[in-house]
Amino acid sequence: MNPFSSGTRLRDMIRAIRACKTAAEERAVVRKECAAIRAAINENDQDYRHRNLAKLMFIHMLGYPTHFGQMECLKLIASAGFPEKRIGYLGLMLLLDERQEVLMLVTNSLKQDLNHSNQYIVGLALCALGNICSAEMARDLAPEVERLLQFRDPNVRKKAALCSIRIIKKVPDLAENFINPASSLLKEKHHGVLITGVQLCMDLCKVSSEALEYVRKKCIEGLVKTLRDIANSPYSPEYDIAGITDPFLHIRLLKLLRILGQGDADASDCMNDILAQVATKTESKKNAGNAILYECVETIMSIEDNGGLRVLAINILGRFLSNRDNNIRYVALNMLMKAIVVDAQAVQRHRATILECVKDSDASIRKRALELVYLLVNESNVKPLTKELIEYLEVSDQEFKGDLTAKICSLVEKFSPEKIWYIDQMLKVLSEAGNFVKDEVWHALIVVISNASDLHGYTVRALYRAFQTSTEQESLVRVAVWCIGEYGDMLVNNVGMLDIEEPITVTESDTVDAVEVAIKRHTLDLTTKAMALIALLKLSSRFPSCSERIKDIIVQNKRSLMLELQQRSIEFNCILQKHQNIRSALLERMPVLDEATFSGRRAGSLHTAISTSTGAPHNLQNGIAKPAAAPIADLLDLSSDDAAAPSSSGGDFLMDLLGVDLSPASAPSGTSQPPKAGTDVLLDLLSIGTSPPAQSSSSASDILSSSQDNKAPLANLNGLASLSSLPANATSPASPVPMMDLLDGLGPIPQKHEENGPAYPSLVAYESSSLRMTFNFSKQPGNPQMTLIQATFTNLSPNVYNDFLFQAAVPKFLQLHLDPASSNTLPASGNGSITQNLKVTNSQQGKEP
Amino acid sequence: MIHFVLLISRQGKVRLIKWYSPYSQKERTKVIRELSGVILTRGPKLCNFVEWRGFKVVYKRYASLYFCMCIDQDDNELEILEIIHHYVEILDRYFGSVCELDLIFNFHKAYYILDEILIAGELQESSKKTVALLIAAQDSLVETAKEQAGSISNIIAQATK
Repeated sequence: MNPFSSGTRLRDMIRAIRACKTAAEERAVVRKECAAIRAAINENDQDYRHRNLAKLMFIHMLGYPTHFGQMECLKLIASAGFPEKRIGYLGLMLLLDERQEVLMLVTNSLKQDLNHSNQYIVGLALCALGNICSAEMARDLAPEVERLLQFRDPNVRKKAALCSIRIIKKVPDLAENFINPASSLLKEKHHGVLITGVQLCMDLCKVSSEALEYVRKKCIEGLVKTLRDIANSPYSPEYDIAGITDPFLHIRLLKLLRILGQGDADASDCMNDILAQVATKTESKKNAGNAILYECVETIMSIEDNGGLRVLAINILGRFLSNRDNNIRYVALNMLMKAIVVDAQAVQRHRATILECVKDSDASIRKRALELVYLLVNESNVKPLTKELIEYLEVSDQEFKGDLTAKICSLVEKFSPEKIWYIDQMLKVLSEAGNFVKDEVWHALIVVISNASDLHGYTVRALYRAFQTSTEQESLVRVAVWCIGEYGDMLVNNVGMLDIEEPITVTESDTVDAVEVAIKRHTLDLTTKAMALIALLKLSSRFPSCSERIKDIIVQNKRSLMLELQQRSIEFNCILQKHQNIRSALLERMPVLDEATFSGRRAGSLHTAISTSTGAPHNLQNGIAKPAAAPIADLLDLSSDDAAAPSSSGGDFLMDLLGVDLSPASAPSGTSQPPKAGTDVLLDLLSIGTSPPAQSSSSASDILSSSQDNKAPLANLNGLASLSSLPANATSPASPVPMMDLLDGLGPIPQKHEENGPAYPSLVAYESSSLRMTFNFSKQPGNPQMTLIQATFTNLSPNVYNDFLFQAAVPKFLQLHLDPASSNTLPASGNGSITQNLKVTNSQQGKEP
Repeated sequence: MIHFVLLISRQGKVRLIKWYSPYSQKERTKVIRELSGVILTRGPKLCNFVEWRGFKVVYKRYASLYFCMCIDQDDNELEILEIIHHYVEILDRYFGSVCELDLIFNFHKAYYILDEILIAGELQESSKKTVALLIAAQDSLVETAKEQAGSISNIIAQATK
């Protein structure tokens, strides 16, 4: 006999492999062994099949492919001897998984082995079946397993029980067959059978509600008694672990009781006593005892309410929280999260300890504690909690910062009692961990800042200071740059100082410095640079003395490789050089960004149809008012005469105007037939108002339509109010939606605007061969909601109008006040005119209709 | 239920791996590699539970080996620690002061013992004594079978001489 054909012994192969110094060496040895094994397989070698399979399994554990050995497993299983079957089944479980078809071939062997006289062989088959059977095998062999649940030998019974679990998981329909045998297992004395029987019942109840009912009715008292017996049992050396008899059985019983008691008051009543006993009497010095207590607490919290028990449970958790063992604390935090749903008050009492856990050195504990803290925050404790969390933010490590920042921001937003506190906290977070802050968070901050008009000065000064120290936090830089741009004048002039502030001296050129730093330092970030460019432009309007310098900075970006920056710098440069007359109007203070709309949009309830076409993320949700670059570009490039003021002279104006939807409309207010000359005029006005330039209007309304539901009644009305977009003479219907502004910005306004405080161009509201109506608008500073309109009527026809009466109607959110007209008679041919003042108050000023 | 049991050495070599849930061969390698990375890098003072891919993994280090068990979210982690200890104690009794080398050269026996403790990812027997008796009984079956085979081949060898 060739000595080599017998191959090496298992032990020697393992030694050889371990002796290899490099991976290549190991591969060589493995290859040689595999070759020998393959040869042996081909020769159908009987003698060493056992050993070869063992070798194959070792090679498999090293990670090499061993599929050629799968049939060997089958052959071994089919042999008669116990050792072959043993290794064959082991190989089967290791080398195969349930998805492989080869597995089906074993079904017959399994069936025979399940009926074997040798209980150990039956055991092997049950074990293999329980670990890897597929659904078909389960169905085929279920009757055998069911029968084995009543085998004479407890060893087989317990294995059959666990095997049944897999069967009912794979084929839930078969669950009914197992209900009876399973519940009789519960009456056994043998611990192994009890444990597996209880587990089987648990899975049965999860899978089949019929089983749940049955077990609930028939078995609860028995279970309670068993648990009581085991809890009271004297020392038993076989089952004792850390002074407790069979903690595993305790835990399984508690689990089953939990399933039975959930949702059923009677069942829960049965178990109250034993639960109280276990909760109070179990020793908690060792892990075994704590495991039982943990399970007990889980059960108490899940079953129907019993006040006393719940208090007991939470006390146990409180004790766990102060345990030195990390595992116990982790488990306690877990449980507290579930307990908070049930009894938040009790959990609040442990707040301090939980806060300590946030700072624990163990990452898993920190994470849990943070989630728990988040659930515990309410209005009364938000300030101290946030303070603690922010302090911790400074020392926490990088992986945790992301989570922590997100939670802090979320907390601060939800519960902040006043704006100044919110701004302070957010500034701290941004200074510390701005890079982890998500975009929507700092967007929200900007919205809040813009709404807190009395805090503008304070905010910009605080940001300026913060900016000096933390320039590497991107979000902070962006917010700072935006604020400096907007409120730069407040910064320089120390406007709106609060008592708590110290004065700081910032010159105009300092502010420009700051923004310049933002552009230069953050060489890669497009958003920041883009925002900085706009901020510079704003500053050039607020501080005309720095214009030259600003122009230089902007010009440097003209050749930028990033399209956005290039475009902006060219456009802004254009504005600086050629359009100084409109610059101040263009760059007025932004209107207050509406918070309600913003949060609505954030919640996804509104569909933001247009974000600025420029795609600059900094253009905020309510971005309409911002003079976006692209429309301006169109404006400047397309319009032939530069003198034509773009209508977007500061968003202020547009918003108001559009909000002030002052078209004399008949519609909603249900004016009955006004059989007066004036009203006919009205109707005509309307009809003209709605007639196109339809192309543009439809495009406009398309864009807007998605976000407005009830635009329809208003759509008509806008006709007169808009200064919008379109070419020359027409007054196109612009929807009162701010977003329109983008398109509105496209056309020259028919008339130059007049200097009138915040200047608004006058509008020819209606013109026909017989009548012309002109509206002059003005607003009083400080009262943005009210617009004063001076209407001038000129008679273009050769006839004199007598009893000329102008009436106007407005939609519900506006209030109209008509002053008496200067006269009732309108001389012909433009020889004179009537003026009448209207006051329109927009109750929804600044909001999107 | 327990989804798999993994024993790895400190260098990341797999000493025992038992799957109770279906994982394809590719998934298995990936899981092992990923989990080894997570567990081997954890510091000594940290708790024994890791959240991983939506499961919980309970691990305990005994000398140079990490015993890991992957469980569902609603399982009792402290109990799994006890099960791991249960297994280690039985191994200890069987091999007599077990060390990693024992598990390397007798990996099949480690598997047999595991099969007496867990089936289908659930605990099978809480008594160490019972497990030891069962294993001993099966070992003796193997011994007798070997002896018989030995004696037959002796006879044949004699006959063919």
